[in-house]
Amino acid sequence: MIETGEILQTMRMIQEENFDIRTITLGINLLDCSDPVPSRCAERVYDKICRVARDLVATGEHIETEFGIPIVNKRISVTPVSLICQGDPIPIARALDRAARETGVNFLGGYTALAQKGLTLADERLIASIPEVMAETELLCASVNVASTRAGINMNAVREMGEIILETARRTADRDGLGCAKLVVFANAVEDNPFMAGAFCGVGEPECAINVGVSGPGVVKVALEQVRGEPFDIVAETIKRTAFKITRVGQLVAREASQRLGIPFGIVDLSLAPTPARGDSVAHILTEMGLEMAGAPGTTAALALLNDAVKKGGVMASNHVGGLSGAFIPVSEDIGMIEAAAKGALTLEKLEAMTCVCSVGLDMIAIPGDTPAAAISGIIADEAAIGMVNQKTTAVRVIPAPGKKAGDRVEFGGLLGFAPVMPVNPYGNDAFIARGGRIPAPLHSLRN
Amino acid sequence: MTKALISVTGLDSTGIIARVATRLAELNINILDITQTILGGYFTMMMVVDLDGAQMDFDAINQALQPVRDELRMAIHMQRMDIFDAMHRI
Repeated sequence: MIETGEILQTMRMIQEENFDIRTITLGINLLDCSDPVPSRCAERVYDKICRVARDLVATGEHIETEFGIPIVNKRISVTPVSLICQGDPIPIARALDRAARETGVNFLGGYTALAQKGLTLADERLIASIPEVMAETELLCASVNVASTRAGINMNAVREMGEIILETARRTADRDGLGCAKLVVFANAVEDNPFMAGAFCGVGEPECAINVGVSGPGVVKVALEQVRGEPFDIVAETIKRTAFKITRVGQLVAREASQRLGIPFGIVDLSLAPTPARGDSVAHILTEMGLEMAGAPGTTAALALLNDAVKKGGVMASNHVGGLSGAFIPVSEDIGMIEAAAKGALTLEKLEAMTCVCSVGLDMIAIPGDTPAAAISGIIADEAAIGMVNQKTTAVRVIPAPGKKAGDRVEFGGLLGFAPVMPVNPYGNDAFIARGGRIPAPLHSLRN
Repeated sequence: MTKALISVTGLDSTGIIARVATRLAELNINILDITQTILGGYFTMMMVVDLDGAQMDFDAINQALQPVRDELRMAIHMQRMDIFDAMHRI
């Protein structure tokens, strides 16, 4: 029998420490919806999603009630649209957005192109349509994979994405460039990621699958409060134990959702995903380890420990772990990161260093609206290089906030939060970005 | 067996356990375990129950407890035990 203390601990985690299941994401294969006529393809896409995901939200809500654990988001990820789209992708984008509304999900991801080696005609059309689609749709998320460890970095795509991000911001200028919050540029994108904006259902995935993302930075922070002053061995052990408990609940929810929907269980993503709420911050785990602010010297080491311990604890608690698993460090979605960025403790360069040791990358960072496209491409290239060389996923989700300059503040609302506009290194890189071509895949011997 | 935890918290008064237990008996829900204490003047009770005897689903049972909540003015939460087992037992 479970002891009273254990019951109370679980209740405290949920009620006071913001423990929740961040998302149940239903991956749906759309390869069979392809059609040379865009309107027909759009119709098939809409019909299939509405059919497969009909009970997703209601089932998620039932599980929430029965188990007493909040499930913050119910989402859908689909096959990268560039793979099913034989003509104009915009009707399909509209169909996806309508399907998302019809099924009641919070977001739908998969307006995606996989362009690490080169661009197909469909990739080109899809990428070119992103600014319009991000302005026009509400729930659709876009992603473009521009690099991988095996293919290298597609610098043509990197150059183009700088322009696309700027244009997306311009088209959503009335909402502080919100369109860019739904657009992520990847290196080594994963096929089973349940988190937005980068979720898509990869071609190696089954017909459909339930992928669950857990959360709970507040729980880890509170656990670490009990071991103040102890050596890092104890810190790592405490994080592992906590991650284990959190992930077990994620596994339970994934299993229940899978059984009730009759859809195979895919993976549990172990990511510690923060929200702007106080007590739900990854940055505050770092400060609990003894740093005055996130960004202080030692931050990268602290994050490396956290990221690794979360994985070690979580991997024992679930029979399939995948997605982006680790610690997320979005700026606008984490109150500790927001405070550190506003005070200047945290810079873009420090964030870049942090992305070397955690999932995923430069995330939800507001930059000045007049940042040149080449500078954004340079930021993407740097992140892609980190991902490519270190065989890990990295990503860039920056928002060049129209009309805003460094030090101003942008508001996205809800889970997307708010953020101080961070300065970007002002020195030019036009000639570098103008080159285009591909940066070759790295050698994986002689590692130094 | 579908086990659930029912937690009852609020200002202490006479007959809380009796009222809750009576309602559960009416619903044919068997009580497996009870712990109860007064924490800082607040009545706190946790019951582990077996829902299988009730001829209704989880939501309906939860609804059927509403009159007791209203009458006693207590917070009564019900959740499946699986979440505690998952977190604390391997």
